[in-house]
Amino acid sequence: MSESSHSSGGAGPSHRSVEIGVVLFMALLAAIGIVGSLRVGIDWGAEGPKAGFFPFYISLIVLMSCVVNLVGVLREFTGREVFAEWGQIRQVLSVVIPTTIYVFAVPILGMYVSSGLLIAVFMKWIGRYSWPIVLALSIGVPLATFLMFERWFLVPLPKGPLEDWLGL
Amino acid sequence: MIEDTGNLFHGFSVVLQPYNIMLMVLGIVLGVIIGVLPGLGGANGIAILLPLTFSMSPTSAIIMLSCIYWGALFGGAITSVLFNIPGEPWSVATTFDGYPMAQQGKAGEALTAAFTSSFAGALFAVIMITLLAPLVASFALEFGPPEIFSVYFLAFCSFVGLSKEPPFKTIAAMMIGFGLGAVGLDQMTGQLRLTFGFSELLSGFDFLIAVIGLFGIGEILLTMEEGLNFRGNSARIDPKVVWQTWKELPTYWATSLRSCLIGCWMGISPAGATPASFMSYGIAKRVSRRGKFFGKGEIEGVVAPETAAHAAGTSALLPMLSLGVPGSPTAAVLLGGLLIWGLQPGPLLFVEQKDFVWGLIASMYLGNVVGLLIVLTCVPLFAAILRVPFSIIGPIILVMCAIGAYTVHNNSFDVVMMLVFGVAGYLLKKTNYPMAPMVLAIVLGDKAEEAFRQSLLASQGGLAVFFSNKLVGTIMMLGLVVLFWPLIQGLWSRVRQPATA
Repeated sequence: MSESSHSSGGAGPSHRSVEIGVVLFMALLAAIGIVGSLRVGIDWGAEGPKAGFFPFYISLIVLMSCVVNLVGVLREFTGREVFAEWGQIRQVLSVVIPTTIYVFAVPILGMYVSSGLLIAVFMKWIGRYSWPIVLALSIGVPLATFLMFERWFLVPLPKGPLEDWLGL
Repeated sequence: MIEDTGNLFHGFSVVLQPYNIMLMVLGIVLGVIIGVLPGLGGANGIAILLPLTFSMSPTSAIIMLSCIYWGALFGGAITSVLFNIPGEPWSVATTFDGYPMAQQGKAGEALTAAFTSSFAGALFAVIMITLLAPLVASFALEFGPPEIFSVYFLAFCSFVGLSKEPPFKTIAAMMIGFGLGAVGLDQMTGQLRLTFGFSELLSGFDFLIAVIGLFGIGEILLTMEEGLNFRGNSARIDPKVVWQTWKELPTYWATSLRSCLIGCWMGISPAGATPASFMSYGIAKRVSRRGKFFGKGEIEGVVAPETAAHAAGTSALLPMLSLGVPGSPTAAVLLGGLLIWGLQPGPLLFVEQKDFVWGLIASMYLGNVVGLLIVLTCVPLFAAILRVPFSIIGPIILVMCAIGAYTVHNNSFDVVMMLVFGVAGYLLKKTNYPMAPMVLAIVLGDKAEEAFRQSLLASQGGLAVFFSNKLVGTIMMLGLVVLFWPLIQGLWSRVRQPATA
């Protein structure tokens, strides 16, 4: 299993800054909601309240809660609490980054090829397994998925150049 | 009543068809696996598998999906007892006494007690659903828009008042859910809103994608952060241990009954299985004569939370079926399934789709019996799954989530959204924002808004319509009381303080 450090001594981004970041992001969403609602109209139209009526007040409530939450965060946390150690964040990123590449590769390479690559990268990079096991699983799982979805349940998944070449 | 009994027997005859029995067993096994694996909870697991059911008949589909749910409820107990890792949030309380029992070499007893009391809790809740759901549904047939809105209002208020997260964080998460639900086509005017010209947003945010991201990907990220060392106790359940434990269990009938009632109550009000299990454990600890031994491997400490969690998980389907208001994220996913299969959840279901409703209720009885048998016999097999290293199981779960997200609408953009929701879920979980109300708000947003606007339309904009008759007024008042419950509790204890001091 991933042996990379849990021993990195407790340093990391402060919990307070992450909490503030979340509050600000929610406030941003609320602001977008308010602008969008105002565009379609928030008052009374021919069919009762207009389309923006409900989302407008929803966004206002979000904004209000953000203010309360911000005050709460500033009171509760001093800035010394650690959100997560850098080593832990590296662990999380070691999932997020390959997955990000994966979700953008799906439309290009197809679901099966990119899934096989993701499994291979994971097993080799994080698990450090030997090639035979890596290859067996990274080819076997997409193959099993293919049989299950395309043949048994008749649900088509995105395909890429490899499937075109094989004529599937 | 007599007619309902007939319907129930008809339901049994539907469920007992070989094809449906096969789906039931498949569902239970998949469910236990989902419950055992990190990153694949009941809600997320069902969301991923939902597309596979698109070609089935709704009755067969709901049998399989609800059995996945029972399986997941059972599966959570296995990891809690053997590995001290709650596979599901509602099994956290089971670890308190279950894991110490396993360490003392009594894993078999602990698991038998957990499974059996899960079964008892579920059975109690199913009987309650059988008796109450038709009544509630026929009552709810009279509801107009204000009454419908008031039920939604009550549901969301109880999230704020009863959850252990800070109330304004709950409100913020919930309202963002409503906001996300509002993106796209406005149901009443047919107008586009909040899309800002992006064609990807035309159909809005699908809650299934949100569920897969928030609960699935988010959970995987949390698991990665915590690091993984699964060191588990091994377990084999032989019939003698089962028999021994079963002989002992009836002595805890009072704890069981209390936990059933707590579970049913918490399950119907959308607070859910997790608080029910904690509350039940806490009360059992206070009431029991052996209360001071709780936490050191007391069998009663396994019975109480498991019974309550299963009773709550099951009774969460009562409001989903009879009112169209799901009591938990998993019930919400099942409700999403109903909509996809072309069924309209709510009271009319009991009139128009008798086969479906009673098939589901019958499958609750049988599914739990089958589930109990499967988990009792196959524990070592399921425990072995958890010993597969995460660097193998992790990417496979990621791939399954991605396939699940794609197949909802055959749309690659949804896979990207899933990852966005996943990172958001990780951050929200770490900063203590509850995700269940957010998901439920995305599901119910359109319906709640429609009921709200229709009510206002009828009253020409006056909010008094929500207090215009006894029924709607009572439900709204109840909602307000629950909403301000923490404040009321605080005031009450302040009033009482001087008297006792």
